[in-house]
Amino acid sequence: MTPQKLWRKPLDAEKIGLPKAEIHVITDLCKGCDFCIEFCPKKVLEKSNKLNKRGAYPPKVVDEDNCALCSFCTAICPEFAVFTIEKERREGSESGEKQ
Amino acid sequence: MNNKDLMLQHPLAKYLRQERMPHIWCEGCGNGILLNSFLEALDELQLDLDNIVVISGIGCIGRAAGYVNVDSFHTTHGRAIPFATGVKLANPQLKVVVISGDGDLFAIGGNHFIHAARRNVDIKVICANNFNYGMTGGQYGPTTPLEAWTTTTPYGNIEHPFNLVHLAAASGAVYAARWTTLQVRRLKASIKKALQKEGFSLIEVISPCPEIYDRYNKLGTAVEVMKWFKLVSEVHKAYDPAKAVITKNRIIIGEFVDIEKPSYGRLLREMTAQVKEDLEGENTK
Ligand SMILES: Cc1ncc(C[n+]2csc(CCOP(=O)(O)OP(=O)(O)O)c2C)c(N)n1
Ligand code: SF4
Ligand SMILES: [Mg+2]
Repeated sequence: MTPQKLWRKPLDAEKIGLPKAEIHVITDLCKGCDFCIEFCPKKVLEKSNKLNKRGAYPPKVVDEDNCALCSFCTAICPEFAVFTIEKERREGSESGEKQ
Repeated sequence: MNNKDLMLQHPLAKYLRQERMPHIWCEGCGNGILLNSFLEALDELQLDLDNIVVISGIGCIGRAAGYVNVDSFHTTHGRAIPFATGVKLANPQLKVVVISGDGDLFAIGGNHFIHAARRNVDIKVICANNFNYGMTGGQYGPTTPLEAWTTTTPYGNIEHPFNLVHLAAASGAVYAARWTTLQVRRLKASIKKALQKEGFSLIEVISPCPEIYDRYNKLGTAVEVMKWFKLVSEVHKAYDPAKAVITKNRIIIGEFVDIEKPSYGRLLREMTAQVKEDLEGENTK
């Protein structure tokens, strides 16, 4: 964990909010290769314990707020089974912490 | 939202023949990543899809032609390049892409490859190199590394593999690059570059084959193979393709050739126009 104290509030925090991600997993397309789980730089995904139609355990989103919208999961998925979309921007926040 | 509706919301949905999804490739196979990168490249370039043609030969990766939602053709084994050459020469405004395997392009189709490169036919070849014939159960082929175990090299491979980027460079390609399926961003950038360039291009994509080659050679799960790519890939710029090795400890990746040269189609059209003009001049004398 990065010590919270090291963070100073960006000067333009009032004006500019962080993008907010929405991650979609098309569960029944997943074959369970785990690339998205393994290579997400923010570790936003985890293997679920819910078997899908194909007999695989698709990923589940565990930390959507932490998604940086790099969309690496979308690009690395061999099954076209996961994608991110950018939701409306979050309000700039006083503390600069996640909401 | 249900799975069907979500599929239509995928950013690449319109580039895929959705009714054919999910594709036949095994869990963790690199072919899906290659196709994903290609479709992302198409999307970013916003090309007119009516002007894109995808041609494949036979093999697991050959199925790509049936999944892309553009005009496409799945040729007989080894014949993707001659078919693509015909398409390009008959209709020069098309962007013609060959997506095929190491066996298809470099064993049975090897002669077509070197001569299309030599002539500088304006086609883009994207090769999924999984070091074997995946579709037929894992026979060795022209890219199988020395000592590797395949169903037809049960005591280890005693043949030296082709270095595909070196072969492309020596044969006359104007663009040759190699990536693994882990470098999806760079792979996409390479595909975009090749699509915007005139001339014969090869993009080699080192790709996991978790069910066959990787399993026989005890390389671990698809994730482990991807981690191995990460560990041993060395990105270089304008590196000597002759030295672009692929070994257990080093995979040299990057762009090896990026030059300009008039394509076969352009020279053919110029010559045809010139000859026509000369003949007409003679007739009116
Ligand atoms: C004329 C002919 N010879 C042999 C075959 C059998 N065959 C089918 S796919 C294949 C090799 C495919 O290897 P590659 O191009 O590397 O594709 P991969 O399956 O590895 O993706 C062969 C030899 C064939 N279909 N047609
Ligand atoms: S056999 Fe190998 S190349 Fe063919 S689909 Fe399976 S993993 Fe992919
Ligand atoms: Mg192959």
